[in-house]
Amino acid sequence: MTGDDSERLITQVRSALERDRAVSIEGEASKAFLGPRADGELLSTRGHTGIIEYRPDELVVTARAGTLLSELDAALGAENQMLACDPPHFGGKGTLGGAIAAGFSGPARPWQGSVRDGLLGVELVNGYGERMQFGGQVMKNVAGYDVSRLMVGARGTLGLILSASLKVLPRPEYTRTAVVAVDRVEACGRSLNLLRKSFPISGSCYVDNHLYVRLSGNEAAVEDASETLGADLEVEESFWDQVRDHEHPFFQGNRPLWRVSLARGSSSHPENCQEQLVEWAGAQVWAYTDDAQSVIELGEGEHATPFRNVAADSSKPIGTEDKYVRRLKAAFDPQDIFNRGMVV
Amino acid sequence: MSNPRVLELFRAHLPPQSIITDRAAVRPFETDGITAFRERPWVVVLPETVEQVRSVLQISRDHGVPVVTRGAGTGLSGGARPIQDGVLLTMSKMSKVIEVDLDACTATVEPGVTNLAISDAVREHGLYYAPDPSSQIACSIGGNVAENSGGVHCLKYGLTVHNVLGIRVQTIEGEELVLGGKTYDSPGYDLLALMMGSEGMLGVVTQVTVKLLPEPPDKRVLLGVYDDLPKAGDSVSAIIGAGVIPAGLEMMDALAIRAAEEYVHAGYPIDAAAILLCELDGSASQVEADAGRVSDIMKTKGAINVRTATTEEECELFWKGRKAAFPAMGRLAPDYYCMDGSVPRHAIGRVLSEITRLSTVYQLPVANVFHAGDGNLHPLVLYDANKEGELQRAETFGGKILEYCVAVGGTITGEHGVGVEKLDQMCLQFSEAELNQFHRLKAAFDPGALMNPGKAVPALARCSELGGMHVHEGKVPHPELERF
Ligand SMILES: Cc1cc2nc3c(=O)[nH]c(=O)nc-3n(C[C@H](O)[C@H](O)[C@H](O)COP(=O)(O)OP(=O)(O)OC[C@H]3O[C@@H](n4cnc5c(N)ncnc54)[C@H](O)[C@@H]3O)c2cc1C
Repeated sequence: MTGDDSERLITQVRSALERDRAVSIEGEASKAFLGPRADGELLSTRGHTGIIEYRPDELVVTARAGTLLSELDAALGAENQMLACDPPHFGGKGTLGGAIAAGFSGPARPWQGSVRDGLLGVELVNGYGERMQFGGQVMKNVAGYDVSRLMVGARGTLGLILSASLKVLPRPEYTRTAVVAVDRVEACGRSLNLLRKSFPISGSCYVDNHLYVRLSGNEAAVEDASETLGADLEVEESFWDQVRDHEHPFFQGNRPLWRVSLARGSSSHPENCQEQLVEWAGAQVWAYTDDAQSVIELGEGEHATPFRNVAADSSKPIGTEDKYVRRLKAAFDPQDIFNRGMVV
Repeated sequence: MSNPRVLELFRAHLPPQSIITDRAAVRPFETDGITAFRERPWVVVLPETVEQVRSVLQISRDHGVPVVTRGAGTGLSGGARPIQDGVLLTMSKMSKVIEVDLDACTATVEPGVTNLAISDAVREHGLYYAPDPSSQIACSIGGNVAENSGGVHCLKYGLTVHNVLGIRVQTIEGEELVLGGKTYDSPGYDLLALMMGSEGMLGVVTQVTVKLLPEPPDKRVLLGVYDDLPKAGDSVSAIIGAGVIPAGLEMMDALAIRAAEEYVHAGYPIDAAAILLCELDGSASQVEADAGRVSDIMKTKGAINVRTATTEEECELFWKGRKAAFPAMGRLAPDYYCMDGSVPRHAIGRVLSEITRLSTVYQLPVANVFHAGDGNLHPLVLYDANKEGELQRAETFGGKILEYCVAVGGTITGEHGVGVEKLDQMCLQFSEAELNQFHRLKAAFDPGALMNPGKAVPALARCSELGGMHVHEGKVPHPELERF
């Protein structure tokens, strides 16, 4: 089902405003596990789907918020292109709007950028019920504040995203994964090189004592790099989608999972925590532990956030500590109708 | 307009050499890179420490004095133009490289460090900072953050927003915001992204952590020569469409080629209608493969000649003309007015034709230099400010170009910012609701409207006064064009 459901969505927002009720924005609920559930009436983007414009030679795609990422991938794939950022699909159901609101990125993040990096413009409805457009479809645009990128990771608390334009890239000609069996210390050392050396890298992952490095580019360049990095094993390309979408065996089960964001080039993977999967050349760690915040030593700016199956009280709602965040929220949504109580 | 009490307080917090009030000495601070907009500040302060910045902000807030932050003053939209009764807070003395972290591949610097100085500081380690505005020897990283500046290598490596990992911002209310750092993300709203391109309206950037990239092992620059401008334009779309992402893809038209060639002798063909400069980088085999493809595409699309630079010196020579294009204009006319519209790539040809048409209407020559790969045009309108009415004609001409850019689905500014220069065109690009949203957003950081007031976002009254200018007989300009 493809269609423009924006009129209904805007009407629902305005009606909620008039009745002073909150709305809880939801796409396909692929990230509902993140919790907590926002208060309010369900505002679903499920009927608001489809690609609005896609010109392969412009390297931009514009689609409605409820469009499935998998649908976008298919349309781009048909033109031998892909999203420049590579957000997780979680359960195969992630939508464009959800990917922007959550702001997660796949294994290519350090080399190909995040959703925020690839976002060119959004159309949104603010907490006044006004339909607005920020950014656009062009690569460079500094007219006005960058409201589009502010939406990334805001978890729908600043407004309802109706549609968005994202940068796309040509698919690499050739991809290969170099896998080596190494212990944690060795993996850390090697990871540093992934930033320092000019290899055609498009992903890294350390799990089960193996360091996986995805290489993409022209065949000769990739083969050269894979020789340098060492390749003991062959892996299927689907390995990377499994890591991105948390379908890799590491993510099975229902123990408490944390996401730990470390500094670039952090020279050690966290100790005191046996089970971890490490991406982004050491900067994104998935760890099974009851409380990562007390178990993992964090440096300046580093942070651990509960991801799945973690007792709810360990996270705090937006705006409680920072007056600028609170004021910004009020600047977009003075009646606090969008995703009330949501954690950012 | 001097305010003796405020001055006294500044003197108590800043060393004497950091405060300038002498009328002759403040003159160099009257304008930024766009000299048509001038205002003499009553005081220029040049703090040396973050503490001093905070003192200046606090004193200014307590006395309701507006603050204009200035980096190197190379901005091209009047963003750093002083305002009457305001303090000009100049960051140029804060120019230390604080730390280079070779594991993280980051550099942390003070805001007054020049763009090029960052790459200079890390070159010995085989690293560099990718965004490279043509003004890179002079412009400051703080100014780059405030404008979200780009450069010729932004097609592949992104703008300032893609290459800055963290900043520290001092707000007018006296807080320090630590945004980002060496991690890839931080909890909460992405205020780091919001500060990029915010034109000194939300706070003062006092520290910047940038991402460093390894120098590519190999690079090559191709120079395609064309006897027809649209053919060069078509080549741009064809190269991108073929799946090649060049490190840079720049175009110059006949007038720009000749001016640059006379100025720096880069070896450009002076009888060409257009040239396309295409830099490819990566591993040797990748570069080899891409160069072959690009060269074929250029020829298929009608290039009469394709030259290749492979050594560092040859590459630099090819770029030298492009990077000197702005100063070279000085040889063609006493003054130039640089526009900065950004359009979808497929519209480049149409926009160029419209610019040519307008050039005859306004009887002012125009040279085109642009970041073709990104669709970011820099038409340079040539004029002589000493000739009656020419400046005004140049401004009107420039405004028309921007209106056309918006009409084809583009934007009024790709990298130079709105400043004071493009306030009118903002009324065209944004609705009342959107402009109001911008004003509320600013107020969240600066409720007293003391930071760079009157810049970047027009007051609604200004737009309604202009209403008659843009909406002719109830129609938007160029209704024939598709809008998206
Ligand atoms: C010859 C020439 C070529 C150019 N080429 C390019 C180009 O290729 N690409 C490009 O993007 N630009 C280009 N520019 C424009 C200009 O160099 C950039 O906008 C640059 O980033 C401005 O930096 P600056 O330090 O000179 O800032 P200024 O001009 O001093 O200030 C610009 C804006 O930033 C604000 N600001 C400055 N420092 C701070 C701070 N520390 N905290 C908060 N706000 C601050 C000011 O208030 C002002 O609004 C060019 C300019 C010239 C003259």
